[in-house]
Amino acid sequence: MTIEELERKFQDRIDAEEKIEAKDWMPEEYRKTLIRQISQHAHSEVVGMLPEGNWVTRAPNLKRKAILLAKIQDEAGHGLYLYSAAETLGVERDSLIDDLHSGKAKYSSIFNYPAISWADMGAIGWLVDGAAIMNQVALCRTSYGPYARAMVRICKEESFHQRQGYDILLSLSRGNAAQKRMCQDAINRWWWPSLMMFGPNDAHSPHSAQSMKWKIKRVSNDELRQRFVDMTVPQCEILGMKLPDDKLKWNPERGHYDFGEIDWSEFNNVLKGNGPCNKERLADRLNAHLDGAWVREAAMAHSEKRARRTA
Amino acid sequence: MIPKDHLFDFMLIHADTSLIISQRLSEWCGHGPVLEQDMAMTNLALDHIGRARLLYQYASELENAGRSEDELAFLRDELDYKNLLLAEYPNTDFAFTVTRQFFLDAFYIDLLDKLSGSADSRLAHIANKSLKETQYHYKWSSDWMIRLGDGTEISHEKVQNAVDRLWEYTGEIFQPAECELGMMEAGVAPSYEELSDSWHQRVNSVLAEATLKKPQSTWQQKGGKTGHHTEHLGYLLAEMQYMQRAYPGLDW
Amino acid sequence: MKNWPLFEIFIRSKNGLDHRHVGSLHAADAEMAIENARDVYTRRMEGVSIWVVESKNITASDPSEAEALFEPAMDKIYRHPTFYDLPDELKHM
Repeated sequence: MTIEELERKFQDRIDAEEKIEAKDWMPEEYRKTLIRQISQHAHSEVVGMLPEGNWVTRAPNLKRKAILLAKIQDEAGHGLYLYSAAETLGVERDSLIDDLHSGKAKYSSIFNYPAISWADMGAIGWLVDGAAIMNQVALCRTSYGPYARAMVRICKEESFHQRQGYDILLSLSRGNAAQKRMCQDAINRWWWPSLMMFGPNDAHSPHSAQSMKWKIKRVSNDELRQRFVDMTVPQCEILGMKLPDDKLKWNPERGHYDFGEIDWSEFNNVLKGNGPCNKERLADRLNAHLDGAWVREAAMAHSEKRARRTA
Repeated sequence: MIPKDHLFDFMLIHADTSLIISQRLSEWCGHGPVLEQDMAMTNLALDHIGRARLLYQYASELENAGRSEDELAFLRDELDYKNLLLAEYPNTDFAFTVTRQFFLDAFYIDLLDKLSGSADSRLAHIANKSLKETQYHYKWSSDWMIRLGDGTEISHEKVQNAVDRLWEYTGEIFQPAECELGMMEAGVAPSYEELSDSWHQRVNSVLAEATLKKPQSTWQQKGGKTGHHTEHLGYLLAEMQYMQRAYPGLDW
Repeated sequence: MKNWPLFEIFIRSKNGLDHRHVGSLHAADAEMAIENARDVYTRRMEGVSIWVVESKNITASDPSEAEALFEPAMDKIYRHPTFYDLPDELKHM
């Protein structure tokens, strides 16, 4: 078969909602797009452990400490499921991690913001995980089988993440003045970066059209962002807190909330490496990897020794 | 019948040890040598937090003075923490973390086994649940002792160094505090001599398989059980107690 | 340095059911792979038994031969009970 025929057959399968599996023929560009997107997603989970990890040792009580730790551990698991999905495409996890450390691969910019108060644990769970779930639910139907299955597993586990975050804020919102203040402050800081998580407006999204055609991506950036805003506004009202946007208003004609313009220059700058924590996050990951090298080597050396002895 | 204050102090030794070791283990979260082991250490930390909570809850009921599990965990002075010194030793590196865990697990695996048959049904229940966790922890830590000891030259050197350095904190485990003597007398706690023998057997056999040398020095530090800690604990508590101290008496 | 090899993980969620493929992970050897699988894939009581196999030891059928492998079964509808139109009086068969 010629490449054109293979490509046409491939697109027919996608159009028929057939899942693509690891060993199936796929266009090189489809494979590359998936590797880029899945690994970026995996890196985000792993880097995402850091801002919350910052508060595990200072959690205000034993119950919250256990919940937070379990939640961050889930993120490690999600990173692992995703690396595992990427590896079905013929890349090694280590080379993906090298790309993260060299700056060649990206991760979600949201994790370049600092987690400076306990309320941030609530805001991250509610807003950041909330935004991530929007995206992830849509990805459960993505065309690549191993990716879709990883997303289904992740979505199942994520459902407690957002709830625990909201629960933290709920406690704060019913607390004293200091607690309410930290609650509102965290919402103020995390709201706009959460909206940025959905990526550039559709008109400026470089990879979107082809990804939609291949059904890697199923819902556009702007549509997901709108869904998120519509979902979040009433939740914020229950908290009795304010979202930091004067233009936020119900639009009965559209049947959606209108909201203000995102500061795209901030978005682009954080993406470029100028966020408050870009350097720390990357250095933390790199150090963990370098400091762990002798451990990984030792385990390998030991298992080889043992294999030789029993041979 | 076990005197209540002995039982209370005994709960605190082990609740504090679990809490402090979980605090140390949780410092690894996001920084492990490989993702799979990051998760493994978090599981250890979670088991220990869970155990600390059960023990504090029981201690709180025994004390019957209205102090909650969180007040016991977060609002005591350093002098009142009774954890083993070993638990508070800083993570340092993976070899220290594994060695610290192994020395503790090799003790708890036998202690919990004995306590799970205790006449105090509440304690027996907690011990029984904890024993299953510790059996897994022990497998994890002893496997890693062997992998690191019998791995590369570098790993061998690092883990031998950790064994040598941490050795002086192991003797304290078997020097019974007053409450432990009381528990022994009441037939609740096993003999610490027996526990020590069993611990040495386990350690000998794992160190041998790991091609590691058992330290010869006999001098041992003490003080954990009576509230006299290393300089490390103060910093750990300052961090851990921060929220409770800064915002006392609130719900979170 | 040689990286830890990749293992495929299969989990039996409860007795009476088959082991099912759940994903993969890295480990220095099979024994560690089981421990890692326990920590990675059974955090929510998902399993009662774990199988691990090094990924390189799995031989998979070639998708381009899928038609030759599987389509010949398609016209053998007489293998399925619904093929047989039996009288209604015959309740259970």
